[in-house]
Amino acid sequence: MAERVTVTIDGAQVSVPKGTTLIEAAKQAGVLVPHYCYHPSLPSPAVCRMCLVEVEKSPKLLPACVTTVADGQVVHTNSVGAKKAREGVLEFLLINHPLDCPICDQAGECELQDYTFQEGRAEGRHDDYPKRYNPVEEFGPDVLYVPNRCILCTRCVRFMEDVAKDGVLNVSERGDRAYIGMFPERELDHPWAGNVVDLCPVGSLISKDFLHKARAWDLDRTASVCPGCTQGCNMTIDTRDNTVVRLRPRANLEVNRHFMCDEGRMNYRWMNRGDRVEAPLVKDGPRHQAIDWEQALDRLAQLVRGAAGSAVILASGRASTESLGLVRRMLAGFNLTAAVAVPMGEEAPLAGVPGLALRRERAGNLIGARILGYDAEWTAALAAAATAAIVVLLDVELTGAEVARLAGAGAVVALATMESEGTSRADLVLPITTLAEENGTYVNVDHRVQRFQQAKSPPGMARPAWWLAGEVLVAAGETVEAPATAAEAFAALGVSYPAFAGLTHQELGFTGRVLRSVPAGAAG
Amino acid sequence: MGYPHPSHPKETPVLSKHFGDAGARTYEGWVQRGGYAGLRKALGMAPDAIIEELKASGLRGRGGAGFPTGLKWSFMPKGDGKPHYLVCNADESEPGTFKDREIMRWTPHALIEGCAVAAYAIGAERCYIYIRGEFTEPLAVMHQAVAEAYAQGALGADALGSGMRIDFVIHRGAGAYICGEETAMMNSIEGKRGNPRIKPPFPAAAGLFGMPTTINNVETLAAVPHILNRGADWYKGLCLGNPKSTGTKLISVCGHVQRPGNYEITMGTPMRDLIFDMCGGMRPGRTLKAVIPGGSSVPIMNAEEAGDCVLDYEGVIAKGSMLGSGGMIVMDDSADVVYQVWRLARFYAHESCAQCTQCREGTAWTTKILERILAGKGKEADLALLLDLSDGMTGKTICVLSDSCAAPIVSGIQKFRPEFEAYLSGARQPALAMA
Repeated sequence: MAERVTVTIDGAQVSVPKGTTLIEAAKQAGVLVPHYCYHPSLPSPAVCRMCLVEVEKSPKLLPACVTTVADGQVVHTNSVGAKKAREGVLEFLLINHPLDCPICDQAGECELQDYTFQEGRAEGRHDDYPKRYNPVEEFGPDVLYVPNRCILCTRCVRFMEDVAKDGVLNVSERGDRAYIGMFPERELDHPWAGNVVDLCPVGSLISKDFLHKARAWDLDRTASVCPGCTQGCNMTIDTRDNTVVRLRPRANLEVNRHFMCDEGRMNYRWMNRGDRVEAPLVKDGPRHQAIDWEQALDRLAQLVRGAAGSAVILASGRASTESLGLVRRMLAGFNLTAAVAVPMGEEAPLAGVPGLALRRERAGNLIGARILGYDAEWTAALAAAATAAIVVLLDVELTGAEVARLAGAGAVVALATMESEGTSRADLVLPITTLAEENGTYVNVDHRVQRFQQAKSPPGMARPAWWLAGEVLVAAGETVEAPATAAEAFAALGVSYPAFAGLTHQELGFTGRVLRSVPAGAAG
Repeated sequence: MGYPHPSHPKETPVLSKHFGDAGARTYEGWVQRGGYAGLRKALGMAPDAIIEELKASGLRGRGGAGFPTGLKWSFMPKGDGKPHYLVCNADESEPGTFKDREIMRWTPHALIEGCAVAAYAIGAERCYIYIRGEFTEPLAVMHQAVAEAYAQGALGADALGSGMRIDFVIHRGAGAYICGEETAMMNSIEGKRGNPRIKPPFPAAAGLFGMPTTINNVETLAAVPHILNRGADWYKGLCLGNPKSTGTKLISVCGHVQRPGNYEITMGTPMRDLIFDMCGGMRPGRTLKAVIPGGSSVPIMNAEEAGDCVLDYEGVIAKGSMLGSGGMIVMDDSADVVYQVWRLARFYAHESCAQCTQCREGTAWTTKILERILAGKGKEADLALLLDLSDGMTGKTICVLSDSCAAPIVSGIQKFRPEFEAYLSGARQPALAMA
């Protein structure tokens, strides 16, 4: 165990490993030292001077972000001197910062606004001087730079330089003429560049996509996991009036630190689609007929019971562990072939964070699916489907050619969010929920099981796929009680899949748990 | 002084002995004048012995901070297996200071010799000389001298036949004041933006290219061979005041004196001797009003303080200012202190590197307030505001540029308040038209 030191911060004693910075030690003592340039995932330049604190026996105030703790240190973050220094920094920052909060996207989640409200001066003393003015610049595909709001904390510059390792941003000019500059003939188009918008503590770097869409205080924020690839970046889904308006990274030091890639960040419009399957549909001649869930479940149970021989599941790699597990268990009596669709793409690593990349396999739960036995090749599964007694499509959209191969299959059941050629072939279409509409888990590339939570209400009669599978299992006399929640569905997984035995949603918390034993061949 | 006037009898010409003597510029000429004996002697000594000799001499950094040179050298780690670097600070960007320029211009080999001794003492194989970009003539002289020293075998793989490698790199600055700050200078040499770095780590632990580095001023290094030649006791004996301040100091005097120029005084010389004897005093009919003794960054002194001030590190501190780099700006009663303070603040606002909030915004804001006072548009509360802002700019930033802007403002208001008030009340006509 590393050597520990004890420090007293605002009267609270904490023991932290030697080498910890004062600002991090203070967090553990329950004290947030106001700061701008400091960020736990970036090197600290100590330039904003906001985190100056009083350390007993030190003649000067010290920047908490770069001062490491010493045993026996006594720190006062709210001494008269420290408060006056912060008030001074806030005043200096505001002399050239426009008071355009009413039209600024950052308002409500702006650290300049928050700290000024908390402890800034009631009135400015900059009088009638005009503020520095520079026009808005386009930095990249999704990033606008509003230099007038910039407080030169340089987080964006350091992110590009030290984390993305693509130093396209710089501080140009000197003194109060300084601004964030872009290297000539370059733009901010790195696959992870969007993070500068989150890193910006004020409304200087803003997302074009989110521009003027919502006020921060109107948003509901839900902890989720990005379904975009096997990395499993933790994210927050921001919704306004049941509409997803923004995805943002959620801190998980083990997975994505504080970042997510632009592809994942921008991939949310599908969550708001209006053309959803909203009711169970049963084939009635050439057309589908809407039925209620009771009839639908009866029909499904009937199809499952009535078939014999081989079954095939063609699933989306973005379906939840709970749904993949229970749907597969629902067909356990068959000679079963299960496969997941894995769209492939270019890998895009974030150079400064080892192990963090937009992965080639663009399926958030590919590893979960493999652990659950979805191990068949897609083409082999399609071939098997041609003669299967029952084929279940779990949230996959098949191509016309793929659908044509199902002509000889016995029954086709589509658990679907959207109508497609696959659903038109299906004997039974059951409306299911998306990642944004349900609770569940994904397993990422490092076998970390991570929870995502429901961010918006599902359309019409859509239900999670694990729910309907559970109901069918009960009807078949398989389990005593159908799971009523995703947590129960997850707990039920352990019965058939030892890798998940003993785990609960609650234990996973907000940052997930790494599976200890994973069946060979499921490593992805 | 030596150039353009002969030395005054009250001067102690050591470094300035050959100023104006073009023959001293060449390698041959320098050797004829006793040059390179100090380096030859040093290469025969153990590095620790050189450091001890310097500690005994009492030599302190001539760039402004006055840190004991031998002690600084002793901070360099030994046997760490890493490359060590010596950086010679020849940026001399402090307004009012022009002594290093003359050392390089007239006695380039004195600097090369001093650098070589220092490099040997701290185990550095490479010395970077960072020369202010505007110094075109000193730059040409130094290039010529370094080439000559290589040709003569004083530098290179086998310096003076000692088997020691000492290489020189001359790096020309690009005109930023802040690059005279040692950590900003290291960034600049590395090809980065010249922003000061946070300390710790100190340069001796992780400096240039992350390696142990010592940075010394031109005047400090030029004094080193003399100390080795003539001994620590001789140097220590050059002291008229506090025993902690020894040797000679070049003072660059400018402003309202009859004979501005570089004067080499023994530490502890009274300031009035320098101003009234060596520099010939005020212009006819004028009286002394204010002195900025150590370059533009130090507090202003009034005539009374200057009158009985002793020129050594402690003596000037006792009068509320600092000896600094020895750039002395003298003002007579024709000077407008408010205007001069504004000129200084404007300089710092222009040169702030923009890292720290207080400096970036504070230097510009205080300049604007001073400007409106001079334009006759000042407000009653302005002086209190200036003092409060200056307090917010002092002791809170990475380097001392912000403090340097605040120092003349605070001392100016404290010591010459009626002049500020005359502008505020309208008793004095505006000196500036506000844009």
